Amino acid sequence: MLPLNAIITQITEESPLVRTFFFDHRFEDMEPGQFVMVWVRGVDEVPMGLSRNNSITVQKVGEATSKLFELKEGDSFGLRGPFGKGFTLPAKDEKLLIIAGGVGAAPLSPYAEAASAAGAEVNTVLGARNAGDLLFEERFEALGKVYVSTDDGSKGVKGFVTDALKNLDVAAYDRIAVCGPEIMMASVFRLLEEKKVLEKSEFSLHRYFKCGIGVCGACCIDQSGLRVCKDGPVFSGVQLIGSELGKYSRDASGRRVKI
Amino acid sequence: MYTLTGLKLKNPTILAAGVLGTTGASLCRVAREGGAGAVVTKSIGPAPKTGHPNPSMIRLDCGFLNAMGLPNPSYPGFLQELEFAKENSAAPVIASIFGGTPSEFAEVAEGLLPSKPDAFELNVSCPHAEGYGAAIGSNPCLVEAVTAAVKDVVNVPVWVKLTPNVADITCIGNAAESGGADAVVAINTVKGMAIDIESGFPVLGNRSGGLSGKAVKPVAIKCVYDLYTALEIPVIGVGGVSSWKDAVEMMMAGAAAVQVGSAVYDRVDVFSEIDSGIEAFLRRKGYSDIKKIIGLAHEVV
Ligand SMILES: Cc1cc2nc3c(=O)[nH]c(=O)nc-3n(C[C@H](O)[C@H](O)[C@H](O)COP(=O)(O)OP(=O)(O)OC[C@H]3O[C@@H](n4cnc5c(N)ncnc54)[C@H](O)[C@@H]3O)c2cc1C
Ligand SMILES: Cc1cc2nc3c(=O)[nH]c(=O)nc-3n(C[C@H](O)[C@H](O)[C@H](O)COP(=O)(O)O)c2cc1C
Ligand code: FES
Repeated sequence: MLPLNAIITQITEESPLVRTFFFDHRFEDMEPGQFVMVWVRGVDEVPMGLSRNNSITVQKVGEATSKLFELKEGDSFGLRGPFGKGFTLPAKDEKLLIIAGGVGAAPLSPYAEAASAAGAEVNTVLGARNAGDLLFEERFEALGKVYVSTDDGSKGVKGFVTDALKNLDVAAYDRIAVCGPEIMMASVFRLLEEKKVLEKSEFSLHRYFKCGIGVCGACCIDQSGLRVCKDGPVFSGVQLIGSELGKYSRDASGRRVKI
Repeated sequence: MYTLTGLKLKNPTILAAGVLGTTGASLCRVAREGGAGAVVTKSIGPAPKTGHPNPSMIRLDCGFLNAMGLPNPSYPGFLQELEFAKENSAAPVIASIFGGTPSEFAEVAEGLLPSKPDAFELNVSCPHAEGYGAAIGSNPCLVEAVTAAVKDVVNVPVWVKLTPNVADITCIGNAAESGGADAVVAINTVKGMAIDIESGFPVLGNRSGGLSGKAVKPVAIKCVYDLYTALEIPVIGVGGVSSWKDAVEMMMAGAAAVQVGSAVYDRVDVFSEIDSGIEAFLRRKGYSDIKKIIGLAHEVV
């Protein structure tokens, strides 16, 4: 498919470095956790999780995202997708724990909303560097309890999401969904492994995408060889046992880089 | 078992270069879960390259366009991946390599030898990497020199992968054969381009790239057909194969084995599916051996 021309209808400032871009197209059939390839014409095309069926929520980190931040309502970018495999929707009355760090809350908020609409009970552990960086706190609060952690202690537990998680009985949940910086996901992974609840968990991974459609092999993870862009980005915790998670990833050339 | 340039393959389907070939684990997955008879790595060169900016691949109605720009970690960076593939894949692993000169090709081949690839495939055919690939592959003298330079430093089979973006592919095939190639592989992608009409921007980050998938099958069939007549050495067919019927057609044109690239988009186990389809076809038609269909289209008329 050629990229569709997405016209920006609204831009919301979520925090100094995070903005949500609403566009004039709805991905009606999206699975929460799926991503789109966002083409900032003349610059680059980068993967972004869908934060709603008509929005992406972007953290400014480099060239493409900086260029996106220069765009205004009425401007446009190219969009391809939705691609990949999203989170598994819980059944009615299941208890779901969302664990979100930083911009990882972007794909998890539509998931939390879909799960709640399906009749699941949704609680969230939400972490960020400081109170101003907490993303989509109100969206999660509208669904259930939210346990907050901030690195600097400006809100909630001082420390990482794993510190907030220590006070919770993870075994009481039927499903656990995780997305955030890899260091955070790796420590959550270890905690869930210790508590022997990995089989209830799903993690959304981040790797360098070239093709984004499962052909080139740039995003494959060890030792399974699974493609993050097509077999993921959401994987069950069990699929990640003994994997490269938290150890290394690969850059655009395919070279290993330590996490 | 099926023998090709001395390599023992469990079936005549091979993963094409540049597809799911960046890591050792991925190559193993294609061999094991996918059922490929052999696997070819991503093309590896003398220095790390990040490739072209994205978009680097898009799917069209008729096939795929890509301009990856030969991203690779360089041969020292790839050794551990190749080693992993060799240790864990039941199937032969062929190292695809590229360089800008005959001596660079030889340097990369020698550099990868410690990981013991089963064969080398020389990429003299990538259509969208300045100074590499097709820049060499459209010059018969250079193709012969590159092939000879690699043959000089390795003692495993050497395959040469050809570009269809030339006036006469058999002339390049002959040059590879003269240089000592054990087989030729045809074809790499066909030059192509797509433009976003909303903005006027060429879609690929590199502006233009190479077409693969369904659209190129007739081009590949013709190239294989012509090379089969012109050369003594085996021709390995690649381009637009996504079913056993495509594979049989390619073999009837003269392909001794078939590589599959873009079709992994649909399913990674496309190799097992093609292999069992070919087997069923041979049984139904009463062919005693797969060799009976190789080049068949040349005999019937
Ligand atoms: C499945 C998935 C979903 C994502 N969802 C979001 C999201 O919802 N919101 C958000 O802000 N970010 C998200 N990201 C991360 C986002 O893609 C990168 O931060 C973005 O590509 C940075 O581009 P840049 O040009 O601004 O940065 P650059 O300066 O090019 O690079 C900065 C870092 O961004 C990453 N990056 C760059 N290009 C790519 C690429 N093609 N593929 C993967 N990573 C890349 C690399 O880790 C790099 O080190 C997601 C990534 C993946 C893989
Ligand atoms: C994403 C992608 C990357 C490729 N990279 C390489 C490469 O590194 N070296 C090479 O010789 N051919 C490369 N090719 C070409 C394929 O190996 C193959 O020749 C071509 O795609 C035609 O086969 P197909 O129609 O089955 O895909 C690449 C093709 C694709 C689609
Ligand atoms: S980015 Fe190409 S296979 Fe995932």
